Amino acid sequence: MNRTNGFIKTRLSNGMNVLIKEVHTAPVASFWVWYRVGSRNEHTGITGISHWVEHMLFKGTNTFPKGTAEKAIAREGGVFNGMTWYDFTTYFATLPAARIELALHIESDRMVNALFDPDEVAAERNVIISERQGAENDPEFLLSEEVMAGAFRVHTYGIDTIGHMCDLETMTRDQLYAHYDTYYAPNNALTVAVGDFKTDEMLQMIERHFGAIAGKPDAPPVSACEPQQKGERRVIVEEQGNVAYLKVVFHAPTVHELDFFAVTALDAALTGASGMTFFGGGLTNKSSRLYKALVETELATSISGTLIPTVDPFVYSLSATVRGDHTPAEVEEALEAELTRVVEEPVTEEELFKAIKQAKAQFAYSSESVTGQALWIGFSEIFADYTWSENYIANLSAVTVEDVQRVAQKYLRRSNRTVGWYVPQAT
Amino acid sequence: MSIPGPEDITRHELANGLVVLVRENHNSPSVVIRGYLPVGAYDEQPEQAGLAALTASALMRGTANRAFEQIYEELESVGASVGASGGTHFTGFGAKSLVEDLPLVLDILADVLRHPVFPNDGVEKLRGQILTDLEERAHDTRRMANLAFYELAYPQEHPYSRSLTGYTETIGGLSREDLVDFYSRGYGAQEMVIVVVGAVETAAALAQIAAAFGDWAGHIYERPPLPEAPRITEVRERIVVIPGKTQSDIVLGYPGPPRTAPDFLDALVCNSILGVFGLMGRLGDNVRDSQGLAYYSYSRLDGGPGPSPWRVVAGVNPTNVEPAIVSIRDEIRRIQEEIVSENELNDNKAFITGSLPLRLETNEGVARSILNIERYNLGLDYLQRYAELIKKITAEQVRTVANRWLDPDAYALGIAGPPAS
Repeated sequence: MNRTNGFIKTRLSNGMNVLIKEVHTAPVASFWVWYRVGSRNEHTGITGISHWVEHMLFKGTNTFPKGTAEKAIAREGGVFNGMTWYDFTTYFATLPAARIELALHIESDRMVNALFDPDEVAAERNVIISERQGAENDPEFLLSEEVMAGAFRVHTYGIDTIGHMCDLETMTRDQLYAHYDTYYAPNNALTVAVGDFKTDEMLQMIERHFGAIAGKPDAPPVSACEPQQKGERRVIVEEQGNVAYLKVVFHAPTVHELDFFAVTALDAALTGASGMTFFGGGLTNKSSRLYKALVETELATSISGTLIPTVDPFVYSLSATVRGDHTPAEVEEALEAELTRVVEEPVTEEELFKAIKQAKAQFAYSSESVTGQALWIGFSEIFADYTWSENYIANLSAVTVEDVQRVAQKYLRRSNRTVGWYVPQAT
Repeated sequence: MSIPGPEDITRHELANGLVVLVRENHNSPSVVIRGYLPVGAYDEQPEQAGLAALTASALMRGTANRAFEQIYEELESVGASVGASGGTHFTGFGAKSLVEDLPLVLDILADVLRHPVFPNDGVEKLRGQILTDLEERAHDTRRMANLAFYELAYPQEHPYSRSLTGYTETIGGLSREDLVDFYSRGYGAQEMVIVVVGAVETAAALAQIAAAFGDWAGHIYERPPLPEAPRITEVRERIVVIPGKTQSDIVLGYPGPPRTAPDFLDALVCNSILGVFGLMGRLGDNVRDSQGLAYYSYSRLDGGPGPSPWRVVAGVNPTNVEPAIVSIRDEIRRIQEEIVSENELNDNKAFITGSLPLRLETNEGVARSILNIERYNLGLDYLQRYAELIKKITAEQVRTVANRWLDPDAYALGIAGPPAS
């Protein structure tokens, strides 16, 4: 067990990792279970299965029949939700601190006792198809799907977590259950508790609820390995709409390389710091290079950049909304000019300093709620470990202007990029 | 930390009418400012729809002391934010920073509120962004269903019937002079409210606010009374066809009780039962869970200074629009006709009162609550009395409020989706 400053990391005998942090600033607590399964673990024919399994976890066990778990949480004043992504499926509840045990009861129960009733599976098929159709309503979703499929021709990061429509229409209850049975195990999971409780009591509560759940055989490893991209890829999406979009992605360093932080600093100079804000929130970016080059010049109405930490190598992504009187080609040309500039000349010390200060502020803001703290602890454990977010600022602070130029030269190459245009079709 | 109340919220009124409220929170490294001015779309002419919102956005485009680039360089360099946005009755503003940067954000906030210059090129850039956004809106089922709902629910002369963002024609017709004029006649310290929450010392915060705004007068619009928003007596429906869409959005609703209505809290409990509790309340149970018709189906009670909407929102497969509307109307009818059970009533009251600590966890949450208390004159001890107010609401009151404000057979309904195939 690791114990520092009211924070511990330990493991139960069944293999489940446990992270606990006391925070006494408000009488609330947040409890999360993270499963190491997401769309990364899928393949053609069962794309979207992890997300659908997440939905089924809300459809009842014998102890908590359908609808009763969320009502139990709501009646205690809590919030309750789940999220599926490339690398994980997570479930959390934030409650008044005295009521937190309810979350442990629900999560330990549905870790192994979810019913997957066939009628509920059938009803949920429509809901998930509806969710997919809602996503398809959004031009940026359609563009992202094509660009990611282009950037990843082997690895399942190229498929959206919602899955392909044909798989959503044909997946069976047995397939869903088998996926659940394989991946939902204490030894494939970690729990995070942050809030107004005593560590020892919380640990005992976790042991009491989860300790008796038997471990399962290790989940099958993911063997998909994306070969190096050897040339630029381009895709055009021609669909209904009024507004054009541009999306450009570059294969990026992994979270375990210090270059990850150099690209983070590069992104801060290009589009403003967004390191801690994948899940919402964030600062303005109007003093960033790309804002000045694309938005202030009235070619685009917005520009954003993202570098998300993942288990396997991922992409650095830039997205712009094209202004009505311009074209994706024009925005791309201006973008390329700025990227060339950052390849040819180092960024300034001031820009680096700004990136660090922004990250410090964001880190402080994201720590203001127990839910936010628990999210970052759990998320870090999925692709690295909790020390990753603790060391984030230090690693970012060690980046030099030479590092930034080096990674710009290495990763912003044309042959490393996939470019997508959304070209709206008039009706 | 305790529930904020008169012991730890300091309220101070300056000589120019500005009201400041401060609540210390030394557990957090940041400070949050939230506030409003009593100017908004209410004060626009209909042919200038979007003017208030554009003016609020344009404050940040440059001041007498700082060019646009400088404002954002200063803010972003320290990871701080300052912003303003125009609403109907109020223009809200806010700021957030680490506490050591409070003097900077206050200085910028005062600068943009008191000394904006509305530079020509800045206004044009904003106009372009808004026009692009309006193009996006025209293709967004959720936004278009909402727009149709507002146009149907409120009479044409009512400010709520118009879009806050404006329309392509109205935004296109505005000039820099319009912004200057709108600003100079409506922005001032009288009836302005600022709330500060975070790792500040109260006396110092009050002094800083007084230094930044104490000598500001400005102006305030005289407002004619809000027109009536009569109860809807028939079905008013509009379908907006947007080609290429794969989902339809539905907004069904009514002008609802203002926040200060005597039965507002009854409506809050009723709304929770109808479309919030658990997974989107009875609407979620019926439309999503039982029938699988929708990914979302919930209700929302806005509770503003006037008769803000009480509405149901759903996103459905286009072939399911009719059955979804039938189910929504069924749930409205049911909550009017059946007395809610003690269990369900208690669950919902427990949810509303039990979730208060979660809403007060962050500086933002506390600031928002204090701002509401001031806006609606609820009393500094309101949060401490809140649980009692909710607990005493009866099932009969829930039925009464449902009958007063809702109607399964007379409503405003906006639908946006692909052409019928």
